[in-house]
Amino acid sequence: MKVVIINYGAGNIQSIKFALKRLGVEAILSDDETEIMNADKVIFPGVGEASSAMQKLKGSGLDKVIPTLKQPVLGICLGMQLLCNSSEEGKTEGLGIFDVDVLKFSTSVKVPQIGWNQIQNLKSELFKDISENEFMYLVHSFYAPLCEETIGTTEYGIQYSSALQKDNFYGVQFHPEKSSKAGEQVLQNFLNL
Amino acid sequence: MLSKRIIPCLDIKNGRTVKGINFLDLRDAGDPVELAKFYSENGADELVFLDISATAERRKTLAALVLKVAETINIPFTVGGGISSVVDVEILLNNGADKVSINSAAVKNPQLINELASKFGSQCIVVAIDAKLIKGKWIVHLVGGKVPTDLDLFDWAKEVEQRGAGEILFTSMDHDGTKNGFANEALAKLSTGLNIPIIASGGAGTIQHFTDTFKVGKADAALAASVFHFKEITISELKNELQTQGIPVRI
Repeated sequence: MKVVIINYGAGNIQSIKFALKRLGVEAILSDDETEIMNADKVIFPGVGEASSAMQKLKGSGLDKVIPTLKQPVLGICLGMQLLCNSSEEGKTEGLGIFDVDVLKFSTSVKVPQIGWNQIQNLKSELFKDISENEFMYLVHSFYAPLCEETIGTTEYGIQYSSALQKDNFYGVQFHPEKSSKAGEQVLQNFLNL
Repeated sequence: MLSKRIIPCLDIKNGRTVKGINFLDLRDAGDPVELAKFYSENGADELVFLDISATAERRKTLAALVLKVAETINIPFTVGGGISSVVDVEILLNNGADKVSINSAAVKNPQLINELASKFGSQCIVVAIDAKLIKGKWIVHLVGGKVPTDLDLFDWAKEVEQRGAGEILFTSMDHDGTKNGFANEALAKLSTGLNIPIIASGGAGTIQHFTDTFKVGKADAALAASVFHFKEITISELKNELQTQGIPVRI
């Protein structure tokens, strides 16, 4: 299986590569359109700030490539947020796969949310063998509200989307690569799609 | 519900763990990777690696170690100790560290916090603060607590938050090593006065101390070293008790 991690200079992708390696898959880091198009599975990572990440995607033309992908795509953290319509962070537009606008957490909770929180209302093959209320590791200041494409929710002051899906596009707000065995199971499920 | 985090801390010197590790069931108790793996498989929520080497090769050794740790464990980890520039941070994050912790460099050059937060995001910038209660005031200290500054803990913590730190790791030097419990009064003041997570450090001796630091100290996470390294407390028994006490933990 050919797994490509989109490399657009956004954050820590080493960890995702290592997590896949622990599952027996040697992923390729690439920003090459053909390579990405020909992958069996594509992972769209992201750590950092939304508007500068979007700039980088535009700079390399990947903003045009990603929405055309037909194979399973998994956006992680900022990657998931960039697949939404827009983000309040840096007032940036997104790739518009998920029909929802990313907002900042209110100051009634500590921001960023850092740590292990539970995922609930799970509905997707992505969560096969994952129990309701399983803990996943999250680090973020912005969130996707609940919407039609929500396939998992988390509570932090409010209920929000910790996972989204539309057609072949999947997004998770948590870091499966850092979420112990449960996170590895999610990655394995994605590879099995 | 967001859970409270339990964080073992590993002191690293020249790529090896130091300061009292007593893990007879490990093949090599001095190997940080092996110890990290043990903790990650036994309920730790995060790990902190604190590099205390003073050699010229420290950067290279630490970078290589971070890469090996990232390859091996499946939970987040923070690296700290002598980090003083954007380049230092870039290397560690690129090698797979999730967060970096800065201490003295932030006091000497507070602008560094802004630079790091804007380049890498607040979520990966932890500012560590060592402080000591002197004549009723919490005074920030540097160089592993040896050198006093003229900074007040609460003023400095506020400034650090405003400059973009994502988290504060507060060590009370009055409590560190005593095993008499965490500095809960100061912790509660930090935790309620700021809107970023606070990690309690210094003073863990019993399970009750952890309960107190979450309930009384309102800490978001608790860090400890020797009680875990010497297996005086196992993470699973600790978490079971915290759960019984109504504190949200990941089990």
